[in-house]
Amino acid sequence: MQLIPCPWCGPREQTEFHYGGQADVAYPDDPAALTDEQWAHFVFFRDNPKGPFAERWFHSAGCRTWFRAVRDTRTYAFLPGSSA
Amino acid sequence: MTRLDGHGRIDRSRTLRFVVDDVAYTGHPGDTLASALLAHGVHRLGTSVKLGRPRGIGAAWVEDPTGLVQIEEPFPEPMLLAATVELTDGLVARGVGGRGRLAQVPDTARHDRQHHHCDVLVVGAGPAGLAAARQAARAGEDVVLVDDRSEAGGTLTGTETIDGRGSRDWAADVVAELAASGTVLHLQRTTAFGHHDDGYVLALERRTSGASRQRVHRIRAARVVVATGAIERPIVFEDNDRPGVMLASAARDLLHRQGVRAGSEVVVFTSDDAAYATAADLHDAGARVTVVDVRPTPPAAGPCLERDIVVHGNAVVTGAEGEDHVTGAVLGDGRTLPCDLLLVSGGWNPTAHLFSHVRGALRYDPELGAFRPGEELPGTRVVGAANGVLDLAGGLRDAVGDAAPAVVEQPRTPTTVLWRVPGDPARQFVDLARDATVRDIERAVGAGMTSVEHVKRYTTIGTAHDQGRTSGVIASGITAELLGRPIEDLGTTTFRPPYVPVAFAALAGRERGDLYDPVRTTVLHDRHVAAGAVFEDVGQWKRARHYPRAGEDMAAAVLRECAAARTGVAIMDGSTLGKIDVQGADAGVLLDRLYTNLMSSLKVGRVRYGVMCGNDGMMIDDGTVLRLADDRFLVTTTTGNAAVVLEWMEEWLQTEWPDLAVHVTSVTDQWAVLPVVGPRSRDVIGAVFGDVDVSNDAFGFMTWQDTVLDGVPVRLARISFSGELAYEVHVDARYAPALWDRLLEAGRPFDITPYGTETMHVLRAEKGYPIVGQDTDGTVTPQDLGMSWVISKKKTDFVGKRSFARAENLNPQRKELVSLLPTDAATTLPEGSQIVEFRADGALPPPPVPMLGHVTSSYRSAALGRPFALALLKAGRSRVGEVVHVPVGDRLVAAEIAPTVLVDPEGARRDG
Repeated sequence: MQLIPCPWCGPREQTEFHYGGQADVAYPDDPAALTDEQWAHFVFFRDNPKGPFAERWFHSAGCRTWFRAVRDTRTYAFLPGSSA
Repeated sequence: MTRLDGHGRIDRSRTLRFVVDDVAYTGHPGDTLASALLAHGVHRLGTSVKLGRPRGIGAAWVEDPTGLVQIEEPFPEPMLLAATVELTDGLVARGVGGRGRLAQVPDTARHDRQHHHCDVLVVGAGPAGLAAARQAARAGEDVVLVDDRSEAGGTLTGTETIDGRGSRDWAADVVAELAASGTVLHLQRTTAFGHHDDGYVLALERRTSGASRQRVHRIRAARVVVATGAIERPIVFEDNDRPGVMLASAARDLLHRQGVRAGSEVVVFTSDDAAYATAADLHDAGARVTVVDVRPTPPAAGPCLERDIVVHGNAVVTGAEGEDHVTGAVLGDGRTLPCDLLLVSGGWNPTAHLFSHVRGALRYDPELGAFRPGEELPGTRVVGAANGVLDLAGGLRDAVGDAAPAVVEQPRTPTTVLWRVPGDPARQFVDLARDATVRDIERAVGAGMTSVEHVKRYTTIGTAHDQGRTSGVIASGITAELLGRPIEDLGTTTFRPPYVPVAFAALAGRERGDLYDPVRTTVLHDRHVAAGAVFEDVGQWKRARHYPRAGEDMAAAVLRECAAARTGVAIMDGSTLGKIDVQGADAGVLLDRLYTNLMSSLKVGRVRYGVMCGNDGMMIDDGTVLRLADDRFLVTTTTGNAAVVLEWMEEWLQTEWPDLAVHVTSVTDQWAVLPVVGPRSRDVIGAVFGDVDVSNDAFGFMTWQDTVLDGVPVRLARISFSGELAYEVHVDARYAPALWDRLLEAGRPFDITPYGTETMHVLRAEKGYPIVGQDTDGTVTPQDLGMSWVISKKKTDFVGKRSFARAENLNPQRKELVSLLPTDAATTLPEGSQIVEFRADGALPPPPVPMLGHVTSSYRSAALGRPFALALLKAGRSRVGEVVHVPVGDRLVAAEIAPTVLVDPEGARRDG
């Protein structure tokens, strides 16, 4: 069971968290201006890197903070200092 | 008897009685079942799983592949190793034929759990582990020390000297120092069986006192020191599975721990130095010992020369004679040495499992003939024999460097790596637990396997209770030889948790039965139980499903409850409804962005139904929204989605719209909700809340009012999930039982009827109200449900809006919600049934028959006097009036497509 670094509570066990998918996928400024394809890329397409990956996590059984953290998908390890 | 006076650390003052295979024996505290049997000269235990060959005790601890028993008393447990079962008075066991038997009665024993956090966890209390634990304790660190045997000291026999003390005395000194330090938790009989991410180690304690039989320790350590020693490796020869063939280290262990001499005519077959200590100790204990050493030049065999022990150098044992017990060792030159104990030592395999569990890479060490840790891992250190440093002095240095206690260096002659000797491969056993031989590996390689992982699965080598502790590396070595490739390239199979078998009961701990999963009950639960309710699980909630009266089944009860709601008055406990208090200056903005319809225009005092979609435009929840104030809304969600919706709101607020001044708080448990439903509901509400003008003019549909009853604030809302005149009564949960009683009392003249979730489902389905998660599945839009009216045309954007314009969302062939009326007016279509249709010629299309949709909800209706269903059907709304078919068992049931609203389509009933 991994420890996940909550920026508010500190390291807590992974069962307290929900995964929120890739971080930094901003909601488009004007969805109506996008083509179907551009919109579909925002809704459905996500990166799947081998290595560091910025993710959203939610401390659902704790302080209810949504935060961003970088995790290495090869080792699962959260990069130190990456959560905010 | 082969129990020796003056040897061993058992308590001879007490005698324990036990029975194995219907024969009564005695032993002493400190015995294992194996040592107590061997003290009586009994090696044999059961037969092998495939070939039915005799099986015996092959080792003194968890590495034994063969000595398996079924425990009968005190409680049936299958497939335990006699070598690891501590003897207790009254123990009854029998040998097994490779399979055990689970208990048919409930186990009343308790298992429990403890959590620990420490600076350093040391696994193994042998010399290296004790030294490491002492060093950490002296540095002021919080230490947890676990060891799987009954006492600390590992393989130290007492004959060694450490810091000028006898080694057992040195170990006792260290244990005493650790106990006095105040910062060390020291647990014996505790096996670390899994090492997981971030220093998380699970350990199983076999308890000898206290309320629980076993305890799982969940240890979170900043550093883990693995000092788990090494396990001796056998050499494969013909009939090496005979009872009486044993690891050399096991015989020494039994002698020093329990004072048991496992044989009197002993042949020691070795390619390694360590077996010489065994030979000498057994000789001193009165056995006749002969050593057969693979190496051309056996080590300066000082102890053997001193004792006149014959050593055959450059020699091998090629086979064992004897059937039920070994009678002789056949040498490579054809001679046979008579014996009743044939000990084998082919070197040592570091016990690096806990290093492998956290993905530490092992590398082959040709001098060891084994795999050892091959990289540095952060937070984990492997020391001593587990790290491949086999000598005592070196192991202590490996553990604590310059702080190592003083030990006389013992020069070692290199081990000769030998996996097997020449012979009949079909009689050379590699994995004795699986009856797998060299011949099986030959077959695997002949079938084209070139990976040890494939060979493992093809031969089953290493898949038994012992996980290949003794057979794994040998299988790799023999495979490498057969393939003509170096074992370095081939590698070894992966060690995975658990290190030893762990009972599910231990993992479950106290979380079984009622404690298996948290159960949520409403404050009215006792009322429902007293009323005879049948409950169903909705997430973790227990909800009253229906309230059968004497002689009623569910169908009858639901018909009665439905009729009461449509013709009189009925009441339910809706407290599980998710409730979120949304507060802040921008509360309306948030809801406008998350709901498909406009919420900010809602006036205080009014209620609006709303739908939420994901970015993909698919519906994720629905519910009502009450505007409590300009800056405050009460949002209700589906029971099962309360946490999901709260999380959803928080995600948007915290990540995309942190500028919005809004706070969201779950108030699900704080407010009880009691819907009072039916044409007579106005009479009941009016009678209980005399201050409230309940007329339709004063208290209209989709409005709410606050009132006070005996000093307790109550909120009333004209919300209907049935199409009937209805009031939701919201009250602080603490007062709900009293208010429930008041409502029942006031409803008595009208025969007020409590109803459950099943009736709620029927009533809403008759009105075509969908339930998210039942009539939707994450691929359904509001438009699919016929709810285009809930989608705002005014708002420039809301979550999901852009997706509604995608080509696929405009596809006229999308599945749409309709109702289905079975034309026989009798069949209740099973929920989940597929929908098909005949061709124009009256026959089914050829398989695969196109599936047009499926039944999502299906009930018998009291109001309609017939069964009906809701279904998602391709282009369903354009097909109203047509007939499709639904397979039910072997039949195809015809059903007419109808609009979703079957009861009161003009909506005349909602105002009473």
